[in-house]
Amino acid sequence: MQWVNAIVQGILLGGLYALFACGLSLMFGVMRVVNLAHGDFAVLAAYLALAVITGLHVPMLWSALIVAPLFAGLGYVVQRVIIQRSLDVSPVTTLLVTFGLSIVLQNGMLEAFSANSHSLPSGVLAAGSFRLSPQLSVGYLSLIVFAAAVALIAGLQLFLSRAPLGRRIRAAADDPEAAAIVGTDVRHVFGIAAAIAFATVALAGIAFGGYSSFDPAAGPQRLIFAFEAVVIGGIGSLWGTLLGGIILGVAQALGAQVDSGFGVLAGHLVFLAVLALRPSGLFRVRLT
Amino acid sequence: MSEPTPRPIRVTRSRRPATASAVLSAIAVVALLSLPYVVYANVTSLLVNLFILLVLATMWNLLAGYAGLVSVGQQAYIGLGAYIVLVLAQNGVSPFLGIPLAAAGCAIAALPLSLLVFRLRNEYFAIGTWVVAEAVQLIAVRFPSLGGGTGASLPGLGGWDPALRLALTYWAALAVVVLALAGAYLLLRSRLGLDLTAIRDDEVGARSVGVGVSRAKRIVYVVAAGGAGAAGSLLIISQLNVQAGSVFSVQWSAYMIFVAVIGGLGTIEGPILGTVIFFALQQTLAERGAWYLVVVGGLAVLIAMYAPQGLWGLVSERFDLRLFPVGYWLHGDDAHTEGFFGRLRRLVGRD
Repeated sequence: MQWVNAIVQGILLGGLYALFACGLSLMFGVMRVVNLAHGDFAVLAAYLALAVITGLHVPMLWSALIVAPLFAGLGYVVQRVIIQRSLDVSPVTTLLVTFGLSIVLQNGMLEAFSANSHSLPSGVLAAGSFRLSPQLSVGYLSLIVFAAAVALIAGLQLFLSRAPLGRRIRAAADDPEAAAIVGTDVRHVFGIAAAIAFATVALAGIAFGGYSSFDPAAGPQRLIFAFEAVVIGGIGSLWGTLLGGIILGVAQALGAQVDSGFGVLAGHLVFLAVLALRPSGLFRVRLT
Repeated sequence: MSEPTPRPIRVTRSRRPATASAVLSAIAVVALLSLPYVVYANVTSLLVNLFILLVLATMWNLLAGYAGLVSVGQQAYIGLGAYIVLVLAQNGVSPFLGIPLAAAGCAIAALPLSLLVFRLRNEYFAIGTWVVAEAVQLIAVRFPSLGGGTGASLPGLGGWDPALRLALTYWAALAVVVLALAGAYLLLRSRLGLDLTAIRDDEVGARSVGVGVSRAKRIVYVVAAGGAGAAGSLLIISQLNVQAGSVFSVQWSAYMIFVAVIGGLGTIEGPILGTVIFFALQQTLAERGAWYLVVVGGLAVLIAMYAPQGLWGLVSERFDLRLFPVGYWLHGDDAHTEGFFGRLRRLVGRD
C-alpha cells in the first residue's frame, strides 16, 4: 500500500513539475530561449504571493489574481528589454544573460528576504484531504495543482492552435521574417508569449510555495525538474511535458520510498536513462 | 619603366613580433615563482584562489568562447577532482601527486559523459550539464567513507611544516595555471585551434568547409574537464577538507562565467583580465555579503548584452594589442598583395 501511495503522490507531484515546465517549454518553443532564471522567477513569485497574502489578508489561491498579471507585465518587459537584446547579439548570449539574471535574483532575494525559508499559508488546502483508504489519502492542494496543470496545458494548446493571437505567436515562432513581412510586430508578439510564460511561472511559484517551504536558493532545482520533465516528455510537446512531469514525480516518490535520500537522484537517473536511450523523449509530437 | 620588385610575402602570428609579451610572461612567471620567499602566506593563499579561478575561467572560455558549448555543469569535474585526491590520499598517495591524476581522471570521466550531454542541443546542453553535476554530487554523498554530506578532511599533509605546505600548494597552483594557459595557447595555435576559431566565428560555415565540428567540441570538453579537475584538486589541497555542497556548487559556474564574460570570450587574455577584475570587486565588496554577486552578475549581464567581446576585446581593439597571438598575419603591403589579400585581410578584420 505504501508503494501505491508513493505512485499516487508521485503522479500528483508530476502536475506541479508540469506547471513549472509550461513556461520553459513555451519560451523555448516560441523564442528559442532557455531561461536559466526560470526557477528564480518562480521563487520571486512565491515571495510576492507571500507579501500579498499577509498584506491583504486574502487566501492563498486568490493571490494568483494579483501576482500572475504582475508577472505577465514583468515577462513582457524582461522579454523586450533584456532577452530580445540578447537574442539580437547571439543565442549563446541569451544563456549567459539569463544565467547572470539567475545569480542576481538569487543573491538579491537573499539580501532582501534573508536565507530563512518560508511557506505560503495555505490553510485548509494543506491540511484537508480525500481519504480513499486508511493508508491512501490525496491532499486538496495537490489535486488542485494537478487539475490546474492539466487545465493550463489544455488551454495553452487550444489558444496556440485556435486563437488568432495564438496563431500569430506560432507564425512568429516558425518564421519571424515572414511573419514580419505580413504585418506582425514580431517583437511585440514575442513579448506577449513571454508574458504568458511568466504568468504560468507565477502560478507554478505559488503552487510550489503552498506545497513546500522555499528560500532564495530554491530556484535552480525548480528549473532542473522542469527541464527534466520537458526532456523526458519530448521537447516541444506540452502533453508530453505533463507525462514527463508525472514520470519524474513517480520516479522521485518511488526512489524516496527505497531510501529517503535517493528520491531526487532517482529522478536524475531516469532523466539520464531517457537521454541515453531515447533522446527525443518518450512522447514526440510537435507543439505547433 | 621597370616593374617594382614585389616584396616577398611573409606570414607571421601577429603584426608585431610577440617577443615582448613572451619576455614579459617569462618575467612574470619567475617573479611569481619567487613570491613565497618574499611575502607572507596570506598573500600566496589569496593568489592560490585567484589561480584556481583563472584555470576555471580559461577552460570555460575554451568551451563557450571557442566551441560554443555553454556548460553550467563544470562543477561536476571540480568536485570529482577534489574527491579523486581525497580517495587517493586515503590510500596513501600524496595529494600533490593526486593533482595530475585527478585531471586525468576527470578527462577520462568526461568522455562517456560527453556522449550523454552532447545529445542535447546548444540551448538545452547548458541545463543538461547542470543535471549531470547534480547527479554526480548526489552519488558522491552516498559514500560514507567520503564524508557524506558533512564533508571529509584531507589526510596526508597533516605532519608537514605549514610554511612548506603553503609554499608547495602555491607552486602547484602556479604550475597548473601556467600549464592551463600554455596549453590553451598551444591548443589554439594548432590545427585544432584553427578549427575552433572557425567554429567560434561561424559554426555552420565551418561545418560546410569540412571542419570536424563534433570532434573538436568533444576534445575541448574533455580538456576542460581535466582543467576543472585540476582546479578541484587544488581546492581540496588548499582547504585541507572537502564538502560536497561547496565543491559541487553551481556558484563555481557563476564565477567562471562572470570572469570569462567580463574579461572577454574567445581570447586567451580575456579570462586573465576578468579574473583580476573579479578579484578586485570581490575584495572591495567583501563586507557587503551577497551584494557583490549582484553587482558582478549585473556587470556580466550588461557586458554580454552591450559589449559581447568583453573588456579585453575593447582594449585590444582600441590599442591593437595581443599578448598571446594565435591567429595569422600577412606581411607584404605592395601592389601584389594589396588586391586579393588586402581585401581578405580587411574582410577578416582580425589576425
